[in-house]
Amino acid sequence: MSKEDNAVREPFMRIAKRGSTSMKRAIGVRLTGIILALIVSALFIYFVTGLDPLAVYGAMFQGAFGGASAAAAARRSWITIRDTMFLLTIAVALAPAFKMRFWNIGAEGQVLMGGIATAGCMIYLGDKLPTGLLLLVMFLSSCISGAVWGLIPAIFKSKWNTNETLFTLMMNYVAMQLTSYCVALWENPFGSNSVGIINQNTMAGWFPAIAGKTYLLNVLITLVITVGMFFYMTKSKHGYEISVVGESQETAKYAGISTKKVIIRTMLISGAICGLAGFMGVAGIDHTISTNTVGGRGFTAIIVAWLAKFNTFTMILISALLVFLNRGAAEIASQFSLNEFASDIISGIILFFILGSEFFCNYKVIFQHKNDQEGK
Amino acid sequence: MESGIAVEMKNITKTFGEVVANSNVSMDIRKGEILSLLGENGSGKTTLMNMLSGIYYPDSGVICVDGKPVSITSPKTAYDHGIGMIHQHFKLVDLFTATENVVLGLKEKGKLDHKVIAAKIKEICDKYGFELDPNQKVYNMSVSQKQTLEIIKVLYRGADILILDEPTAVLTPQETEKLFTVIRNMKNNGKAIVIITHKLHEVLSVSDRVTVLRKGEYIGTVNTKDATETSLTEMMVGKKVALNIDRPEPVNPKKRLEIKNVSCYNKDGVLALDHVSFEAYSGEILGIAGISGCGQKELLESIAGLQNVEEGSSILYYVPDTDQIHELVGETPKKIKEEGVALSFVPEDRLGMGLVGSMGMVGNMMLKDYSKGKSFFLNHKDPKQKAEHVREELEVITPDLTTPVKTLSGGNVQKVLVGREIDANPTVLMTAYAVRGLDINTSYTIYGLMNEQKKKGVAVIYVGEDLDVLLELSDRILVLCGGKVNGILDGRKTTKEEVGLLMTQMKAGADNE
Repeated sequence: MSKEDNAVREPFMRIAKRGSTSMKRAIGVRLTGIILALIVSALFIYFVTGLDPLAVYGAMFQGAFGGASAAAAARRSWITIRDTMFLLTIAVALAPAFKMRFWNIGAEGQVLMGGIATAGCMIYLGDKLPTGLLLLVMFLSSCISGAVWGLIPAIFKSKWNTNETLFTLMMNYVAMQLTSYCVALWENPFGSNSVGIINQNTMAGWFPAIAGKTYLLNVLITLVITVGMFFYMTKSKHGYEISVVGESQETAKYAGISTKKVIIRTMLISGAICGLAGFMGVAGIDHTISTNTVGGRGFTAIIVAWLAKFNTFTMILISALLVFLNRGAAEIASQFSLNEFASDIISGIILFFILGSEFFCNYKVIFQHKNDQEGK
Repeated sequence: MESGIAVEMKNITKTFGEVVANSNVSMDIRKGEILSLLGENGSGKTTLMNMLSGIYYPDSGVICVDGKPVSITSPKTAYDHGIGMIHQHFKLVDLFTATENVVLGLKEKGKLDHKVIAAKIKEICDKYGFELDPNQKVYNMSVSQKQTLEIIKVLYRGADILILDEPTAVLTPQETEKLFTVIRNMKNNGKAIVIITHKLHEVLSVSDRVTVLRKGEYIGTVNTKDATETSLTEMMVGKKVALNIDRPEPVNPKKRLEIKNVSCYNKDGVLALDHVSFEAYSGEILGIAGISGCGQKELLESIAGLQNVEEGSSILYYVPDTDQIHELVGETPKKIKEEGVALSFVPEDRLGMGLVGSMGMVGNMMLKDYSKGKSFFLNHKDPKQKAEHVREELEVITPDLTTPVKTLSGGNVQKVLVGREIDANPTVLMTAYAVRGLDINTSYTIYGLMNEQKKKGVAVIYVGEDLDVLLELSDRILVLCGGKVNGILDGRKTTKEEVGLLMTQMKAGADNE
């Protein structure tokens, strides 16, 4: 810039939307994001905690997939997979609701309700029914419980146009209190203030190991609904209706779609799959129930669903990433006796850069006098 | 009258993503003149002016005010340079009075003295011939009063260069005349005025010079006295366009719709339709005129089954070639469709009601009949063919049949919607502001499509805002005023003044119509 026209001060930087983003660019931006994340975390690790960043990254990886022996590594990997599947199931359940712009933040409660139903069946019917029938009853009752928990706010929404965000949120607390009550009711041993491992000796109602893999059934169930939900949302008439209602209720009305019916139907499905996640959490993972059975995953799943833009296959990657960060953070906290805030900061930095790369996929920042170079 | 140059824009370029809105545009605005900025929709008029008023910042190019280069980074800096813009969509606070809206956002020191401000507003009004009550609340104002307030707001801030974006789009002919008088007064006071428009006759009647843009590029500037409608159109479109609308005589008209005593309340609980009765015939175009918000929307939505009507209302559909009659009141759009009533409806709100913005053409083609057939899954094949057909027939410009329609230009969005509705082979075709925001070529394509439908024996109901077109296109014109039918005129005999008058003043005894 020559000195004469300094009178015209251009703004330092501007933000402009990109027309379209090529696949190559999208991948490039995301890779850059991950590399930057690793560098910034490394700086944090080195200067704040004084540790070797590479050792810390190694520990993170180890926390998720490694161990002292091959058996330990396999066990840890399976736990990572198991947790991914659990989170993924809830995210898949939320996808149709959010696509319909129904802000279902009540997954926490819907999953818990499914969990309560499962635990109840295990306790009361565990020694009365054969394994297959027992699992079927547990499956059905958990789905129904979750569906009911999703249905209640949907009915209120469609009949009286209540705010579903507040409604589903409050339903979480009701479910939480119900769980506390059930924990008190089923307390075992007496005075422990917990349910303990249900049917520890008989293992009645536990997910059976398939081909020697304890958690294979979890994986299979999750993958079936992930694929199923993908086709339901993209190829079915119901999925089409969900998209139209989510876009504009006026358009839905114009097209002759009954918004009420779609809201109720979709929340039944969303709630039922959340209930199924509860079934998986209790019968397939914890074998007990407590108010921590869901542990905030009902909210994390919202992030998963939105980040994946409701594509259930993308959700697999995002769930895996979040679980990996979570388990990695736990590992470095124990291995290097850091407090958990430090490890949370590291996973926070990584998440920040990954979310940030979404912005750079859709927008470009134009700095003063760099119009031509930047405007690629 | 001074004749200095107020604003000069040099080599302005602005892009949005890959869309070039303005490419190397240079133009000037003189003091004491009315300049029309003419161009079709999407030609970049508003974008160009938004850069003057600080909404956008140009990618490259220089803006000079009073000969000095300036950097306009916000509406506030625009005001500092004496530039004010009156946007198409008013930016007023409904619950505030005129005075409060005028001073909103001004950072003046001291106490807010309503009396002083009101006096200053009064002074502005007297100077230019505005009529405004400073204490009136905005929600009580008519569209024209709101516009007056917007102009005063800009003048109060000391603007010498006023930009009006499509100021007449929402006004009746009488209100437009009033606006033009005020604008001429401002011009005589040495203000520079830019009017963004695509209405040729207004350009010719009010402006001194005309600057024409086409597809983001500067085409030229001419003195209005040397211009004609034809020459301006040619500059705008880039080729000669025949500005004639066909009006064939209706052939064998038969009663298709009979609307009797239809009344309804709108969302705000206001009586929107008040005992409306009329008939629509096959093979004719029934034009519906009225100022905005006097019941057109509710009328069409009532017929389409989207609006709850009051007791005693009746909408009868006469099935073609039979003696059957269907009562449509109380039926849902789905039911109406299932009974074989071939009703097509192009609503005013294209992306909010007629189309799903995030879906492509294929997804939108199936909006009304996706549920056909027993399969749980969607049939993508037929809608895809339909989309191909509409794209070819109406020359829809879209990168791909699955590109979200909301990313298409306004004209193409409308083509998708009209194309789908006509493709459904209707017996009744209702359109609300079918050409709003469309360029001349597309508009004439749409008029042609209406006439084609008319010749096929469809009963066409055309709600329009451009009276010139309504008078040229319609066989009969129904004028709505405050939710009542204020007269049904013969489109071949009536005049613009007669229609304009019926739009604003209730005829004596029209209540019993």
